[in-house]
Amino acid sequence: MQLIECPWCGPREEVEFHYGGQAHVPYPDNPAEVSDEEWAHYVFFRDNTKGRFAERWNHTAGCRRWFNAIRDTATYRFERVYRLDGPKPVTP
Amino acid sequence: MTSTFRATDGGRIDRSATVDFTFDGQVYTGHPGDTLASALLAAGRHQIATSIKLGRPRGIAAAWAEDPGGLVQIEEPFPEPMLLATTVELHEGLAAHGLPGQGRLAEVPDSARYDAVHHHVDVLVVGAGPAGLAAALTAARAGARVALVDEQSEAGGSLLGGTDRLDDAPALEWVTAAVAELAGHPDVLHLQRTTAFGSYDDGFVLALERRTDHLGTAAPKHISRQRVWRLRARSIVVATGAHERPVVFADNDRPGIMLAGAARTFLHHYGVLPGREAVVFTTNDSAYDAALDLHRAGVRVQAVVDARPEGSPRRREECERAGIRVLPGAVVTGTRGVERVTHALVAPFADGDVGAGSAIACDLLLVSGGWNPAVHLFSQARGRLRYDEALGAFLPGEELDGLSVTGAAAGVFDLAGCLADGRRVARAALTAQTIDPAGVDRLPTAPEPVVPTAPLVLWRVPDTSGAEGSTSFVDLQRDATVADIARAVGAGLRSIEHIKRYTTIGTAHDQGKTSGVLTSGITAELLGIPVQATGTTTFRPPYTPVAFAALAGRDRGRLFDPERVTSLHDWHVAAGAVFEDVGQWKRPRYYPRPGEDMEAAVLRECAAARTGVGILDGSTLGKIDVQGPDAAVLLDRLYTNMMSSLKVGSVRYGVMCGVDGMVIDDGTVLRLAEDRFLVLTTTGGAAKILDWMEEWAQTEWPDLRVHCTSVTEQWNTFPVVGPRSRDVIGAVFPQVDVSNEAFPFMAWRDTTLDGVPVRLARISFSGELAFEVYVSPWYGVAVWQRLLEAGHRYGITPYGTETMHVLRAEKGYPIIGQDTDGTVTPQDLGMEWAISKKKADFVGKRSFARRANQDPLRKQLVGLLPVDRRTVLPEGSQIVELHADGQLPPPPVPMLGHVTSSYRSAELARPFALALVKGGRSRIGDTVHVPVNGTLVPVEVTGSVLVDPEGARRDG
Amino acid sequence: MAELLRTHPLEAWHVAFERLPDTARIAVEPFVAMVDVRLGAVGPEVRAGLGVDLPTIANTWVPADAGRATWLGPDEWLLSSTAETPEEFESRVRAAVLPLGGSATDVSAQRIGLRLTGARVRDVLTKGCSIDLHPRVFGRGSSVQTMLGQAGVVLLALSDAGDDYVVLVRSSFAGYLADWLLDAALEFITPDS
Repeated sequence: MQLIECPWCGPREEVEFHYGGQAHVPYPDNPAEVSDEEWAHYVFFRDNTKGRFAERWNHTAGCRRWFNAIRDTATYRFERVYRLDGPKPVTP
Repeated sequence: MTSTFRATDGGRIDRSATVDFTFDGQVYTGHPGDTLASALLAAGRHQIATSIKLGRPRGIAAAWAEDPGGLVQIEEPFPEPMLLATTVELHEGLAAHGLPGQGRLAEVPDSARYDAVHHHVDVLVVGAGPAGLAAALTAARAGARVALVDEQSEAGGSLLGGTDRLDDAPALEWVTAAVAELAGHPDVLHLQRTTAFGSYDDGFVLALERRTDHLGTAAPKHISRQRVWRLRARSIVVATGAHERPVVFADNDRPGIMLAGAARTFLHHYGVLPGREAVVFTTNDSAYDAALDLHRAGVRVQAVVDARPEGSPRRREECERAGIRVLPGAVVTGTRGVERVTHALVAPFADGDVGAGSAIACDLLLVSGGWNPAVHLFSQARGRLRYDEALGAFLPGEELDGLSVTGAAAGVFDLAGCLADGRRVARAALTAQTIDPAGVDRLPTAPEPVVPTAPLVLWRVPDTSGAEGSTSFVDLQRDATVADIARAVGAGLRSIEHIKRYTTIGTAHDQGKTSGVLTSGITAELLGIPVQATGTTTFRPPYTPVAFAALAGRDRGRLFDPERVTSLHDWHVAAGAVFEDVGQWKRPRYYPRPGEDMEAAVLRECAAARTGVGILDGSTLGKIDVQGPDAAVLLDRLYTNMMSSLKVGSVRYGVMCGVDGMVIDDGTVLRLAEDRFLVLTTTGGAAKILDWMEEWAQTEWPDLRVHCTSVTEQWNTFPVVGPRSRDVIGAVFPQVDVSNEAFPFMAWRDTTLDGVPVRLARISFSGELAFEVYVSPWYGVAVWQRLLEAGHRYGITPYGTETMHVLRAEKGYPIIGQDTDGTVTPQDLGMEWAISKKKADFVGKRSFARRANQDPLRKQLVGLLPVDRRTVLPEGSQIVELHADGQLPPPPVPMLGHVTSSYRSAELARPFALALVKGGRSRIGDTVHVPVNGTLVPVEVTGSVLVDPEGARRDG
Repeated sequence: MAELLRTHPLEAWHVAFERLPDTARIAVEPFVAMVDVRLGAVGPEVRAGLGVDLPTIANTWVPADAGRATWLGPDEWLLSSTAETPEEFESRVRAAVLPLGGSATDVSAQRIGLRLTGARVRDVLTKGCSIDLHPRVFGRGSSVQTMLGQAGVVLLALSDAGDDYVVLVRSSFAGYLADWLLDAALEFITPDS
């Protein structure tokens, strides 16, 4: 049972959280103006990184806040968590 | 039977009392403190069962969880399969029999309780041997929160099976004092009979405590029999000791062949002599202790057979002083005997070659091939192992954050070293946690360790029996031999993981505790590669088997899955409701009257709602309070409809889509104020839609000034439905003008009832005139009763979800998740009217323009009327089309779609269905077919609204 | 017509609660007004309006005039009051936070409260709560939103001795949680008592 560090509540068991997929995939500014292909990329396509991955988590059983995390998809290790208004950390 | 193999003194058993038990139908007597194995050995019984594949007699070969031979089935007090005789504590009335590798589950429910407890500590110590006790004492004295768990019935570990001394006194006196000291620390949790069976992420360890198993029928019923401890530790100290490793030779599986250390444990821990005439076969010094101790206890030790060319000069001298013959440079090449070993075949051994041998009579053959540190928990925590050439064993090969290994598990085998090392790792753990380890932590003085003669790493004795390794057993539980490994290697397998699966070695009850490293060694030999290159198979939890009942814990029966109920639940029960599960909710499905089945009850309830008045407990609907200056903006972006134009006091139906344009939920929205809305979701969508709204508000549009709060349980919701609903509402709420003019369809009004706030809304999920009554659940029962009283004269009829479904389906109202499946757009549902043309964007809008969503052959929601006016089409049925000649197309028959909802209609006096059908709206009027029980039922495709398509009834 | 009577979802559990020993008492908390408050930034003006300092330290609660203010999230609190009706309480709080860009929602019936007292209630809670409840870590003033068994709860510590807690649970889960707690407390009832 892994612990995930909620930026607000502190470390909690992973079952208190829901996964929200890749982070930093903004809703297109003007969907009407993007091509079908660009739109399909927004709707359906996500990176499938092995290693450090920026992703969204929600502390559903706690404060219900969304936050971002850098997690290693090979080891499951959370390297850091950061708030939504923070920039994507530069990872080596 | 009497215990003729009981030593005259010694052991941790209570000789003043006896315990009667039954094994294989025969009554035996043992003592409190015995295990089933020790009591059987005391009676001279070694054989437990026959082997799983070959039917060879097998007996007790070790003293604890590593035993590959002594599987038993417990019959009394409660049937339980696949336990080891060596770990079953004896209690009065125990009945068991030997198992050939497979057991039988109980046929009656287990009435024992099982539970789980979460516990947090600074330092978790696994194993209460000398290293573990030293670590636990060090941590406890520093004031740390400590848990010490150990799988045996009492602390001491290896000290229980030996004659060690500390501070010039028996070492167990120190153990007793240490346990007493730990008990004096309020923040120390010390658990015996507790096996740490898995180590996971972030200091999480699962341990199984056997709380009352040893009490047998005397176990109190209100105490859990077993408990899973969910331990969360900042530091873990693994002090789990080592398992003795056998040497493989021909016919090494006979009862009476036992690990040398196990025999010593049976003697010292249980006061049992495992035989009368022993041969000891070893590759290292440790087995000499067994030879000498058994000799002193009266066992005739025929010979110590030492595979090392020179043996151990010092230990040889000790033996010869005691009159024990030592044969250095010799091995056991085979055995004789059937149900018990009778002879060991001993031969000279030099440079890997075996000379001519001779037979030595014995009823006990003790074997030691060295020691395998129990690195299971370290390895489960993804610790890398390294092969130690000198020990012939795998040791922890790296430092892990928060987990350290000490004592024999780390390759430290002398008592003084274990004590010092236990203290060292505990201090390091404390320091890492910034807990000051300074303080009193005196440890007892152990005798100066004697440097042993180097062991010989010997996996197997060359098979001179002619059986070519086919009786040289590596994994006794799987009847897997050296020949099987050779066959695997011969078949081209190289990976130890593949060899494990090919030979099944290590897959049985003991998970390879004695066979795993042997397999690595023998495989490396056969492949001619270093053992390090072969490695080990992956260590996976659980370390020892754990019953499913223990893992289930208290999540059984009523507590298996929460049942959510509304404040009306007791009323529904009293009214005789038949319930259905809707997610976790228990909802009344229908209220049968005496003699009614579901069909009759639902037809009656439907008729009441269509012709008189019905009432439903709709309180499970999800409700979300949306507040803030930008509340309307958020709803405009999430609903396909325009919500910002909704007037305060009005209600609008809305549809929500995912970004892919597929419908995810629907419901009504009440505008309470300019900056406040009440959003109603489906029962199943409540949590999901709140999360969805929060997701967008928090992650995409944090600039919006809006807050969403769940109020699902803040309001009871009672739809009062039917042409007489206005009469009922008007009677209960006389201050409300319920006329159509004053209170139109899709409007809401606040009022009070005896001072209690009530909200009324003209919302209809049936097409009939209807009012929804919203009130705090504090008063829910009282208001429901008032509605019933007022409706009595109109025959007000409580109805359940089944009637609700029929009424809504007759009107073509889809249920999201039943008539849709995540691939259905609002257009597919015929709901273009609910899609705003004015809004520049909303979630899902852009996807409507995707080509796939413009396809005229998309599945669309339509109605189906079985032509025979009798058949109720099973939901989920496929829809097919016949050729012009009336024949089915050749297989595979194209599927046009499927039935999503299907009911018998009181109103239509015939069954009907809703269905998703390819190009469905263009097929209205066509006849298609639905296979039902092997018959093709012709059905007419219709529009989805079958009752009151003009909507004339909603105003009464 | 008679006055409308209130009903509590755990009325049927009273008898079972009565049988519990002093070491593991469970009592149903009376109905209280509760409001969920959302507010971006907490300044002195909040105290002026609400009469209580909203706690800004995560996982804490503070006593308020006639109730409590419990931190639920970085911009969310649960306020309770025994002195006002739900409607009055919501109106007052809403009036106080609306000018500050906040919101307030009556959630009085959304949850019910249980008071757990006694030397063994911590042992009852640890059977289904993964949070460290050691009094050194979770003493008076601590609170947490987490799972207890399979129900989401807000758990408040009322003492520094680990023997006094309030559990708030969604009303629809009240029966499940009551059953769960009674089952967890079973081992602390001596069979002949």
